[in-house]
Amino acid sequence: MTKKQKKNLTRIIISAVLMVILHFLPVTGLLRFLCYLVPYLIVGYDILIKAGKGIINRQPFDECLLMAIATIGAMAIAIYEDGDYSEGIAVMLFYQVGEWFQSYAVGRSRRNISELMDIRPDYANVQRGDSLEQVDPDEVEIGSTIVVQPGEKIPIDGIVLSGDSSLDTSALTGESLPRSVATGSEVISGCINLSGVLEIQTTKEFGESTASKILELVENASSRKSRSEAFISRFARIYTPAVVISALVLAFLPPIIRMTLLGTQPMFGTWIYRALTFLVISCPCALVISIPLTFFAGIGGAGRQGVLVKGSNYLEALSKTKYVVFDKTGTLTCGTFEVTGIYPADEEQREGMDNLTDNQRDLLQMAAMAECASSHPIAKSLQKAWGQEIDRRCVERIEEISGHGVSAYVNGAHILAGNDKLMYKEGIVMNMPGKRKGQDQAAAAKTDSDQKAAKKTSKADDASMAGTVVHVAEDGVYRGYILISDRIRENAPRAIKALHNMGIKKTVMLTGDEMRAAQKVADTLGISDFSARLLPADKVKRVEELLENKQDQEMLVFVGDGINDAPVLSRADIGIAMGGLGSDAAIEAADVVLMDDDPMGLVRAVKMSVSCMRIVYENIWFAIGVKVICLLLGALGIANMWLAIFADVGVMVLAVLNAMRALFAGKKAAL
Amino acid sequence: MMKKSYKIDVDCANCANKMEEAAKKTAGVKDVVVNFMALKMNVEFEEGAEPKAVMQEVLKNCKKVEDDCEIFL
Repeated sequence: MTKKQKKNLTRIIISAVLMVILHFLPVTGLLRFLCYLVPYLIVGYDILIKAGKGIINRQPFDECLLMAIATIGAMAIAIYEDGDYSEGIAVMLFYQVGEWFQSYAVGRSRRNISELMDIRPDYANVQRGDSLEQVDPDEVEIGSTIVVQPGEKIPIDGIVLSGDSSLDTSALTGESLPRSVATGSEVISGCINLSGVLEIQTTKEFGESTASKILELVENASSRKSRSEAFISRFARIYTPAVVISALVLAFLPPIIRMTLLGTQPMFGTWIYRALTFLVISCPCALVISIPLTFFAGIGGAGRQGVLVKGSNYLEALSKTKYVVFDKTGTLTCGTFEVTGIYPADEEQREGMDNLTDNQRDLLQMAAMAECASSHPIAKSLQKAWGQEIDRRCVERIEEISGHGVSAYVNGAHILAGNDKLMYKEGIVMNMPGKRKGQDQAAAAKTDSDQKAAKKTSKADDASMAGTVVHVAEDGVYRGYILISDRIRENAPRAIKALHNMGIKKTVMLTGDEMRAAQKVADTLGISDFSARLLPADKVKRVEELLENKQDQEMLVFVGDGINDAPVLSRADIGIAMGGLGSDAAIEAADVVLMDDDPMGLVRAVKMSVSCMRIVYENIWFAIGVKVICLLLGALGIANMWLAIFADVGVMVLAVLNAMRALFAGKKAAL
Repeated sequence: MMKKSYKIDVDCANCANKMEEAAKKTAGVKDVVVNFMALKMNVEFEEGAEPKAVMQEVLKNCKKVEDDCEIFL
């Protein structure tokens, strides 16, 4: 609680206690009025002062002024009628309770969110000579050496000079598995060092570091207002004047009609009382506070789950997602080549890379050794899959045949590793393992020595495979092939399925890759549509086509890695960059950033936005609904001032509590 | 185009909206966004406007609509 909140709470309590006491005191007349004036002034003096200022500044729709008129009016009617002053005081009292609660709740959620986003480092340990010095991270220059002890936050982005440790990135990514780092690893600020001491050379200033950037983004996100917020502020602007004018009409029109047309008593007291009831409900606070509060809480909660939303407007748009366009490489797939299958010629086909047979090992070793001198990504992936140190002395006469593959002598045996062209060139007959049909044909080709038939077979077979095939031959005998492909991300099929289940109309994959590789990935993922062999400009065109064919209310999301797809990111309704952690370009270019590279993050983001928007709509309908009902009941004389103020404050409390739920929307979506 | 961000203090969300409106109407101001949750006011100034002088006016106008507000200049 702030000082102001404490003071106001004390005022509220004193005046409430006084009211109860006064209720039992048998005072009458002027003394009674003066007695009741004490709690009224205690709880309402600031409102009355502000009301005075409202008059001076010519603000007829100032809430304080309206509240002052309502309560003074109620007191005046009480003098005139029954001497029950408690109503006027109660209205003031509850109004203040509402204000107090609002300020408390807002303060709490501000703190809550900054605690959730607890990634701001307080200090950095700088190595100066032999000693460590604790300084403000702001003062650390680029290239300085900082030391991070276990349990401390990494204050500034940098590279590990020495030390091994694991990092807790959960505050940034929502991912609970620690990430291990060693000398040479890049580390980002906001992570918590878990085990070993790390010496880090900073590569950025504090203000440019990941933690600072993320905090700035989240804080400023609510400045980009959503349509719902714009609607509410427009509504608030007309709501108060409209209620005040109808109060005026209510106060004077019915009595005048009664006097002139009906010839009955005007009953000014009753109608003025009803008009004052209107003024009590004239403050649009519940609405105006609950909507931005929901977005603020939603964005904060999403941030905690590793989803950075750069504006309330994007959160709103995300909830209407109907089309999701993915970039393939680096988004749905890992973007790195990997050996995904080894198929020796004289063995039954086995999928996967677990429990390799001896034949498979031999094949992999031959290929890896033959390619040991090459730095081509494919050669690298072979070496990585083999995983053992290669003794280069065993490999001789390495010859790279450009566009074909490699020829080398490994332990004296002549190994050829390359594509089918290399095999034809060298006159190797490919006895393709695998599909039975292929095998039969290949066998036939072998007996006939008909190379044309072999070529046909291999082509037919190739077409069913995604990725690159490396054939291996030893001393002129075909030994099998190794399939190298870009691996599909583990969670990608689940994410696509979840998106379709959520009512996404269409998922589209765009790629610059060959048709068959794209087809294979699309089939595995169950994606609705894909386009292959696209140049970067074609991707923009494709997204534009999709944009033209959809309805305005349906949002199109593009998900990419944010590195070379900036034009597409900006063209889509919402551009989402994946794996934003450590990539400034991605954070800069996208509207929504998924901090880690798990495609399920997208599902989480959409789910969170949907539950956040549900809360927003609940609040809008609930608050406006209750106000309208109160106005109607007030006009008919069914609701008195007590009910009106109760309803008004109650709605606000409920709306605020409901808004706070958005903080946890992320947690639920993660399950 | 010049943009600046100021810290503000204001109690209620509707008051923040009123400040935004009042600030928008001030001469020399192109656009204003008041962020109640972050208690920040982002001001975009007209070409050639002097931010310091303009902000004095903005503060004055805001005080008129909501007495209990502050802009930390």
